[in-house]
Amino acid sequence: MIQEIVSLQMPVEERLVVRKNRLEPEHTDKDTKRISIVTGTHGDELNGQYVCYKLIETINQHPEYLNGIVDVYPSINPLGIDTGCRGIPMNDLDMNRVFPGTDSGAMAEHIAYKLTQDIIGSDMCVDVHSSNIFIKEVPQVRLSPENYDKLLPYARLMNSDIIWALSSSVYLESSLANCLNMFGVPSLVVEMGAGSRITREYARQTLGGIFRLMKELGIWSGPVDEVKDPIIANPGEVSAIHACRSGLFILEDAQIGVNITKGFKIGKIVSPLTGEVLEDIIAQDDGFLLTLREHPVVYKGAIMARICKNHTAGEDNGKGGASYV
Amino acid sequence: MYKEELYTLEGIYRDTFKINGYRFGHGDNSACIVGSLRGNEYQQTYICSQLIRELRKLEEHGQIAGNKSILVIPCLNQYAMNIDRRFWPLDDSDINRKFPGHIAGDTTQQIAANIMDIIKGYSYGIQLTSFYMPGKFVPHVRMMETGFQNPSLANLFGLPFVVIRKPKPMDTTTLNYNWQMSGTSAFSIYTNCSDYIDDVSAKQAVASILRFLTRMGIIKYNNHSGYIAEVINEDDMTPILSGAAGFYKRLCDPGQTVYRGDVIGEIIDTSSGDVIKQVISPTEGMIFFAYAAPTVMEDAVVYKVIRRLHE
Repeated sequence: MIQEIVSLQMPVEERLVVRKNRLEPEHTDKDTKRISIVTGTHGDELNGQYVCYKLIETINQHPEYLNGIVDVYPSINPLGIDTGCRGIPMNDLDMNRVFPGTDSGAMAEHIAYKLTQDIIGSDMCVDVHSSNIFIKEVPQVRLSPENYDKLLPYARLMNSDIIWALSSSVYLESSLANCLNMFGVPSLVVEMGAGSRITREYARQTLGGIFRLMKELGIWSGPVDEVKDPIIANPGEVSAIHACRSGLFILEDAQIGVNITKGFKIGKIVSPLTGEVLEDIIAQDDGFLLTLREHPVVYKGAIMARICKNHTAGEDNGKGGASYV
Repeated sequence: MYKEELYTLEGIYRDTFKINGYRFGHGDNSACIVGSLRGNEYQQTYICSQLIRELRKLEEHGQIAGNKSILVIPCLNQYAMNIDRRFWPLDDSDINRKFPGHIAGDTTQQIAANIMDIIKGYSYGIQLTSFYMPGKFVPHVRMMETGFQNPSLANLFGLPFVVIRKPKPMDTTTLNYNWQMSGTSAFSIYTNCSDYIDDVSAKQAVASILRFLTRMGIIKYNNHSGYIAEVINEDDMTPILSGAAGFYKRLCDPGQTVYRGDVIGEIIDTSSGDVIKQVISPTEGMIFFAYAAPTVMEDAVVYKVIRRLHE
């Protein structure tokens, strides 16, 4: 059932509507479990759109397996997605920096408030993101330090390549997931792929995790895939390589989701004007490559890659993990 | 006065990105004034330029106190301002949401960290900034309630209002918040506009900063003593919502007193031209913020009123 969470009249013949699709079994009561799947916070992140489509399609094909409520919010920043704009088009505000919002605030805060209130009461929330147009990520779950112990068992079910325990300094207090966790709704943040495109392989992987999580919560009784044993990265184990020079990034033969060794050449930054190589981007550690620069134009400081040190893919279960050495 | 290159970033297809500072006097790091962090904060950079002009004259006449130095940084985002963008042009990130920054972080985090490193030792920090909603304010000094805030000091600017804001999670990455947390007495000054130049309010801002510097013994200057400010908590203001969408006609200005039942705005249907909604004041008080744009959405905040306060 499609429901409107927020509906605001715009100046000229248009309404801004944030919708959710509620999928529920024939009979529900106060003990029926509820999961919320949220995406479309940033208008340039599209993998979540595919996840929502496949999730709803699968549930609709097998309603007999549905034992709980699944609330799907595909686009909480509909104007952003529609215009390919990461933030809210009118003011470039980042929708994931305004939670929990306020009922009497500006549009973004108003939407944030209504959305938060609507999700409160869920037994679990999964907030699906897709990096941005600049960097590409393997499917991963990011956990805040405050909720790490509580959320880790659920995060393990998400079929991700890596679970990244963030240090408090990089955690975003005003994000949807943080606010929901503060309001008592266990919330996982999933990142995958790159902005402005759909990587179906990653979206399917995440979808497998959502079904596994729903099975654990008693919301889904259908068959589910075996999920990956993720790398568990503790704070300080993920190191970023930043550009030391501004220029044009040329990727060498590297891809994310593989193990690399110290000294591996990820790429180079060149000058299109002088023909010089300004900087080689070299792995400083052995480990698992989880992030890679996607957009070739880089300024000093841009993230070029992230490596999870001292871990390799498939270390726990022997699965996966092609290696570049 | 001497000009200092505080931070540079190698350009690729553009000239080198530079943040310049203008230093007056010698000795203790007494006061630092920061202008635009966003590209559309023209008024903020303009105010700094006028302040630099005044400070230069004062320095020439020996009116900077001994062992005191003042740093003015007019623009921290020239790349955005030069091409009419609000945020960092390549990735649309807001430098004023990147503090305290990260020296090994991404580009805008590095900019924030480098600037923070330069400005954090100052006794007093003054940021000229803008609000994300289009509108006009009564000129005021704003402080975050961090536990380190000092409204009595904010009063020394002589502006009509001092606003105390309880920080929300979204505020913890701003310059003002982090400046205060690092031990500087930090203030944000809001004039009535951002993306155009208003000479009257710019002069008021320059005068308020010079007044503050005089009262803190940093410069020797004679100016009007200004207002004894009304200290208000942001949460105590009454927001008034549009109630409908369409063309927006603002009928009142910041600083004006309104009474319960007054018609203070009109929403006009964009096709028929009919007034479809009157914005009615639900309370008596003084208008602090007034929305200013040709169109408005339903339930947008069009006014903020300080209840029971009169001119």
